Amino acid sequence: MSHQETRLIFKHIDEEGYTNDIDCYVKNGGYDQLKKAVTMKPEDICAEVLTSGVRGRGGAGFPAGMKWKFLDRKSGKPIYLICNADESEPGTFKDRQIIHQDPHQLIEGMMCTAFAIQAKLAFIYIRGEFFEGYKILESAIEEARKKNFLGDNILGSGYSCDIIVHRGAGAYICGEETGLIESLEGFRANPRIKPPYFPAALGAYQCPTIVNNVETLCDVKHIIEMGGEGFAKIGTPGNTGTRIWCVSGHVQKPGYYEFACADITLGQLINDICGGLKPGRKLKAVIPGGSSSKILRADERFTGKLKDGTEYDWGIEDIPMDFDSLMAVGSMSGSGGVIVMDDTTDMVEALANINYFYAHESCGQCTPCREGVPWMRKVTQRMLDGEAREEDADLLKSIADQIAGRTICAFGEAASWPVQSFIAKFKDEFVEKAQEQAARRKEGKETAETTTLI
Amino acid sequence: MISLKPETIEKIDKLVPRYPTVRSAALPLCHLVQEDLGYLSCESIEWIAERLELQPINIQELVTFYPMLRTEPTGEYHVRVCRTLPCALAGAYQTCRSFEKEFDCKVGHTSKDGLVTLGFVECHADCGKGPVVMVGEDEYTDIDPKKAAEMAAKMKSGELSNGL
Repeated sequence: MSHQETRLIFKHIDEEGYTNDIDCYVKNGGYDQLKKAVTMKPEDICAEVLTSGVRGRGGAGFPAGMKWKFLDRKSGKPIYLICNADESEPGTFKDRQIIHQDPHQLIEGMMCTAFAIQAKLAFIYIRGEFFEGYKILESAIEEARKKNFLGDNILGSGYSCDIIVHRGAGAYICGEETGLIESLEGFRANPRIKPPYFPAALGAYQCPTIVNNVETLCDVKHIIEMGGEGFAKIGTPGNTGTRIWCVSGHVQKPGYYEFACADITLGQLINDICGGLKPGRKLKAVIPGGSSSKILRADERFTGKLKDGTEYDWGIEDIPMDFDSLMAVGSMSGSGGVIVMDDTTDMVEALANINYFYAHESCGQCTPCREGVPWMRKVTQRMLDGEAREEDADLLKSIADQIAGRTICAFGEAASWPVQSFIAKFKDEFVEKAQEQAARRKEGKETAETTTLI
Repeated sequence: MISLKPETIEKIDKLVPRYPTVRSAALPLCHLVQEDLGYLSCESIEWIAERLELQPINIQELVTFYPMLRTEPTGEYHVRVCRTLPCALAGAYQTCRSFEKEFDCKVGHTSKDGLVTLGFVECHADCGKGPVVMVGEDEYTDIDPKKAAEMAAKMKSGELSNGL
């Protein structure tokens, strides 16, 4: 296994002298793929994307070409394209780099996609906190318009499409595609139920709509360049292309690193690429795909059979970083946000921090989530306020089990998976917390301790 | 009656017709009016509703849903500390406590002198450089308690931009 990054999307990120204006982009071969795309048949581009096997980089990992195939083209309604730039899964910070440093790559990827699906209008839904990113995109779009890479009769092809940059306003749920659409339409971002509201059939303004992540749309540009088969050669079958791993937490060199899928193991990523942990610390746990993915414990053994029948027996450091391997060990690659925790981490505090996030972000539409997630937050907070009970671990699990699968959108799972996995893997620490406090109470001491993560 | 800058009105007039439906412009208008006036008053909410031929409740429900929309003015400096797990692992709570001490102001409040509004925010997607702090629209990264104290001093002396 090589340790060399495969920089496809991040080719020019942090490159000295590379600027985010259109001249620099064009000088480096920018918009050549759009020029090529508009001479192709739209259905041929769709076929290439399907062949490439590229899976959505936003979290769910659904094949993008398949998503496009579901487009309802018979309705005669206009088709919309939405770029999901609401990057807000804790631990994820890849789209920010693309938007800030290489915005034209996104615009080119979007226009190739828009042409392929014959979108009438495209949107970039960007999270409200990206103040600078919003301005950069607005000016990049104006630059692209002047050169006729978007707008009317793009490059003389007869195809017209514009991009509107739409700003969110701090709500995590807008990253959920149907919540995003509600928000775009001027409503609260309460997700819609599927079926019937699959965006490809009934999306924005009840019209067929494709919602893709920033990184996925950038991939489209590269698929046009190297062809679907060429793209599929990167990575492994079923896990094609590159992934950008955003590493945060207790490593020496946090940051973003792009590798071909399965080209690197979690151990290599942490130890070789990110410089390992701080001196004297030991790895305790890793959340591999953004805060909603299930936590992995450092001393676990993962055994089983992969989809293709191969048997595996991995320690945490042996897990290949790709969609299917992380799914096989009971977690997911999600949005690529790898959060590393060393042995100084108090797991009750870490979970309390995560629970605070999801309680804050529940849209409030479904009762199990609206009531249950803040309840889980209250329990973990109480535990840290000095009132932990030995049965709290079971209580937390019971609440989480009653939320997951009982909500309109996947937020219910996103909020429950951390709780379920923390309890499954670190239950001892939750019970000990209560026992320690009981012991201190007996001695007449203060039961609450100073916390650092909440 | 609210009084918006001519450039805000111009932006609004340009933006509204670009959308397939008028209502889509609701959130962008909330942003534009808030940026112009600092916050969204009842009058502002009514104005936006009228501009888009909606009812005030249609705007009010957005204002109460989206965390970035506010119904009260902030202090001169709006300091937002990310408290989500990656930033917390990097020490964000200690950073916030440093700001609280320097400004004699609890997180979630505005200091008595009106200099600063201190708040927690959720993940700002720059987790590799935590703790992340926003001052107005400007982002500061790797802010440990010591750097927070230095920033606070510069806010008190007026040296630091309010990021607006």
